[in-house]
Amino acid sequence: MTDPLSFLSGHAVQWGAVVLLMTGLYIVMTRGNLIKKVVGLNIVQTAVFLLYISIGYVEDGTAPIVLEGAARYSNPLPHVLILTAIVVSVATTSLALALIVRIREAYGSIEEDEIRERESD
Amino acid sequence: MNGLPDPGWLAAAAIATPLAGAVGILLARRRPNVREGVSLASGIVLFCVVALAAAALEAGERIRLTLAEPLTGLPLSLDVEPLGMLFALVASGLWVVTTVYSIGYMRAHRESDQTRFYAFFAISIASTMGVAFAGNMLTLFVFYEALTLATFPLVAHAGTPEARRGARTYLGVLLGTSIGLQLLAIAGTYAVAGTLDFTPGGVIDGEVGGVAAGALLALYVFGVGKAAIMPFHRWLPAAMVAPTPVSALLHAVAVVKAGAFAILKVAAFIFGFDLLRDLAMTDALLWCAAFTIVAASLVAMTKDNLKARLAYSTVSQLSYIVLAALLAGQAGFLGGGLHIATHAFGKITLFFCAGAILVAAHKTEVSQLDGLGRAMPVTMTAFAIGALSIVGLPPLGGILSKWLIVEGAIEADRAVLVAVLGLSTLLNIVYLLPIPVRAFLRAPPEGAAPGVREAPLPCLAAIAFTTLGCFALFLFSDPLIGLLEGPSGASP
Amino acid sequence: MSLVQHLPALQVAVPLLAAPLCAMMVRPRIAWLFATLAAWATFAVSLAIFHRVLDRGLILYEMGGWAPPLGIGHAVDPLNALLLVLVSGMAAIVMPAARPGVGVEVAPRAQRLFFTLALLALTGMLGIAITGDAFNLYVFLEVSSLASYALVATGADRRATTAAFNYLVQGTIGAMFILIGIGLIYMMTGTLNMADMAVRLREARDTAPVQAALAFIVVGAGIKFAVFPAHVWMPNAYTYAPSLVSAFFGATATKVGAYILIRFIFNVFGVDFAFGEMRIGWALIPLGLAGAFVGSLVAIWQDDLKRMLAYSSVAQVGYIAAAIGYANRDGLIAAIVHVFNHGLMKGALFLVMACVILRLGKADMRSFRGLGRRMPVTMGCFVVAGLSMIGVPFTVGFISKWYLVVGALDAGLWPVAALVVLSSLLAIVYIWRVVETAYFREADGPRTREAPAMLLAPTLLLTVLCVAFGVATEFTVGVAGSAADMLGVLP
Repeated sequence: MTDPLSFLSGHAVQWGAVVLLMTGLYIVMTRGNLIKKVVGLNIVQTAVFLLYISIGYVEDGTAPIVLEGAARYSNPLPHVLILTAIVVSVATTSLALALIVRIREAYGSIEEDEIRERESD
Repeated sequence: MNGLPDPGWLAAAAIATPLAGAVGILLARRRPNVREGVSLASGIVLFCVVALAAAALEAGERIRLTLAEPLTGLPLSLDVEPLGMLFALVASGLWVVTTVYSIGYMRAHRESDQTRFYAFFAISIASTMGVAFAGNMLTLFVFYEALTLATFPLVAHAGTPEARRGARTYLGVLLGTSIGLQLLAIAGTYAVAGTLDFTPGGVIDGEVGGVAAGALLALYVFGVGKAAIMPFHRWLPAAMVAPTPVSALLHAVAVVKAGAFAILKVAAFIFGFDLLRDLAMTDALLWCAAFTIVAASLVAMTKDNLKARLAYSTVSQLSYIVLAALLAGQAGFLGGGLHIATHAFGKITLFFCAGAILVAAHKTEVSQLDGLGRAMPVTMTAFAIGALSIVGLPPLGGILSKWLIVEGAIEADRAVLVAVLGLSTLLNIVYLLPIPVRAFLRAPPEGAAPGVREAPLPCLAAIAFTTLGCFALFLFSDPLIGLLEGPSGASP
Repeated sequence: MSLVQHLPALQVAVPLLAAPLCAMMVRPRIAWLFATLAAWATFAVSLAIFHRVLDRGLILYEMGGWAPPLGIGHAVDPLNALLLVLVSGMAAIVMPAARPGVGVEVAPRAQRLFFTLALLALTGMLGIAITGDAFNLYVFLEVSSLASYALVATGADRRATTAAFNYLVQGTIGAMFILIGIGLIYMMTGTLNMADMAVRLREARDTAPVQAALAFIVVGAGIKFAVFPAHVWMPNAYTYAPSLVSAFFGATATKVGAYILIRFIFNVFGVDFAFGEMRIGWALIPLGLAGAFVGSLVAIWQDDLKRMLAYSSVAQVGYIAAAIGYANRDGLIAAIVHVFNHGLMKGALFLVMACVILRLGKADMRSFRGLGRRMPVTMGCFVVAGLSMIGVPFTVGFISKWYLVVGALDAGLWPVAALVVLSSLLAIVYIWRVVETAYFREADGPRTREAPAMLLAPTLLLTVLCVAFGVATEFTVGVAGSAADMLGVLP
């Protein structure tokens, strides 16, 4: 833990999750296109999935299926949890897309600045 | 006292009677005569209830009652003590008189929404009774706020932009000071003392240091906006847009005296005189009160509008009571308490007259009153007597309380404050007496509309009653002083 | 096993099963009737649970008989029992009003889906409140949130769709933060049961993941709870949602966020860690007060009164956040009591808006002119609930404010107490300008009359409760007190 380099390399998956999280948040905040916002949101969610899956990792562990000769198994619980979260994220995405369809019907655009312009009309 | 129910219920009945009256008034909204009958009847019943309670108190009974306990350890409770009894007697007695006056005034003036007027008037009186009989600071605060809210529709009565503006100032200052400062002071008191009960000798002595106690005192004195210490006095002139009976009873008696009364209670029963005398903040606040007395008198001199002049006079007179409370001595406390009664009778007379002039002659400015004494001799004589009572001339009530307050100032070794009171008396003469003098001695202006007569009979009756009251207070003051010094004693 | 023991399961199961059934009912009237009955049944269940909690202190329920480390348990103590009563009670009060209220704002063929969504949102909120499992909490959070996004989008104004979209984006980020926090705690403790987490965190709390977990959960719950400056989703969502949705959410949705915050800070992480080491009081109190001022100030300038109420919610949420930040018993009582009390008054005020919109089509300052005469009962409710918002004695608002101020003084935070009362003065301004307009300005709009009884009665009921619980406080303050004791805050 004390050596910065090993701290970085030892937590490579977590760092990956952090990078994805930041990328996703950046996209959500800076993009005006609503579809791109949803994509950003998906990246945020993926980052969280990755984090959870990394929690379940056990050194030298195999898939949690009873096999002969396997002594260590990965923790299956986080994987199961994240399956639920993936379902939720699919639901969120579909709801978001449905809303975007409605927004396009109402405003004729899915660009945030154009919508704001038309709102003031 | 045998034959009477538990005296605690008398206090509750004093609050319930006007509320029941308000319901009756609403029910009888289609019949003006019945409505005003109900209003008058509840006034009389209320006065009887309060008088019964006074008799019980005189007999040494303890009148107390817990209404509810919304906050653990902090009940809403009533506990009648002599000072509150005096305030309740004055307010309930004058409500009867004011109702008589209102009947004449409102009809002659053809005001709209009279049902709303009478109903909220009754609710205001119920709140006033609550303030008078409150057993702890929280209860007092609760009814104090109720009084503010119940009087709002009365101030905004006319519904004109001007009335709305006045009412907004009224509500803004009163709610602003009470929630912004007073509530903080109350919560602070509770935090340091663990109780808010009115206790002779105070509850916070020895609980906090001088600076914190001083800060609390300042929060109370300015937080009780109804006592109209400058700079929180603006609401009172603003409230003058209300119909005159409201200005007379509420803004010369009930509302403003609720403020002065609250300060007396806080000084005597939350802080205690011993603590007050030690606080540096007391000095500073005494100067604020003294400044208000003089400054408000000076402003009053510049006002041509009769009601505005009277309002500033009230601001000035209220500070007498605040000053008396802060003097932290027996004589001052007694004087402050009596001033509630004496100023009430004097000022209500003046307002009644102002209303009578408005109704009969349609005049609102002092400069229009030349020669009016010939057309309205009764009214203007009463005005002169009321003014003299405020100034403090025997044989009128005003001198009594003023004398005691001066005595309190001498007792406390404060020569400058004595001088301030003297100066204020001179200023009183300067801004009040020219009005009757003008009316009687100057000739009416050319082309004045002839045919101005006295106001309607109910108005005149009310004026006569309160004018006589000014004399009575002087001549028969012993029972009042006896009440204040009575067996259970106001001596804190 | 008798039925009584399964109450915690029923609490969530009743609305959850009712929702799909409701979707099958084609006739709006039947769907509404069914949803109302379901809401009432849910309310009855939560009252029964509440009663049992008062008797026993804590109810643990093992779903399907699996004991907590393996299975998912429900745990009810006074804190969530009170929240259950608030959420299901608001649903039981608002749902009957939905028939006339929603009729004008939602197309008839969509109404059954509207009621389905409402039941799902109810399910989610109750689930959050009752569950003892952290991941389960996240799932229920998403159930209620997804239903809420859709409900907001049913508003008649086209801006409802953009409001719902922004709500979705920000809500999802908040939920993701909470999920990350839960994952980090799981990483350090190996459990998802919140009671177990609390025990095991005592050893592991000096580690970076736990500290990060606290930060993620506070921020995530803060977004759901609409703490300034994460409140941006709220004003538009409440303004353009159908009024009854605003009434229900205004009273409950942010409160669930407050619950998550309280539960995690006080139960899972513990006061010493959260306040002693991490000093989140330094974040909650300033942000809470800033929210109180900004929300109230912005509310003053709003012409659309639903938006005004939404900004007022920003302010009220600020008070709750600040009260949590005091980290003492009175502060926690203030927070819990205000969660409940603000629910009552904001619910009443939004229902008033529903009445006005039903009759006049919109709720701006102009349509309120002279309304005191034309809709006297409705405006009477507004005045009483508004006075409660200001914090006048004899109303629930006063009780909350009292504990807010006393709690601050107890914590030695004089300036905070002063700022609380100062900001509450702003409430006078935004409430009173409406009252003045309604009573002292002449009407210039079309003639109108009171809203139908179905809508008026719930409004009146909530208003009466605003006063009743302002006088008889044994229920709210007493329960909040025992909840605070169970959360282990020193007096």
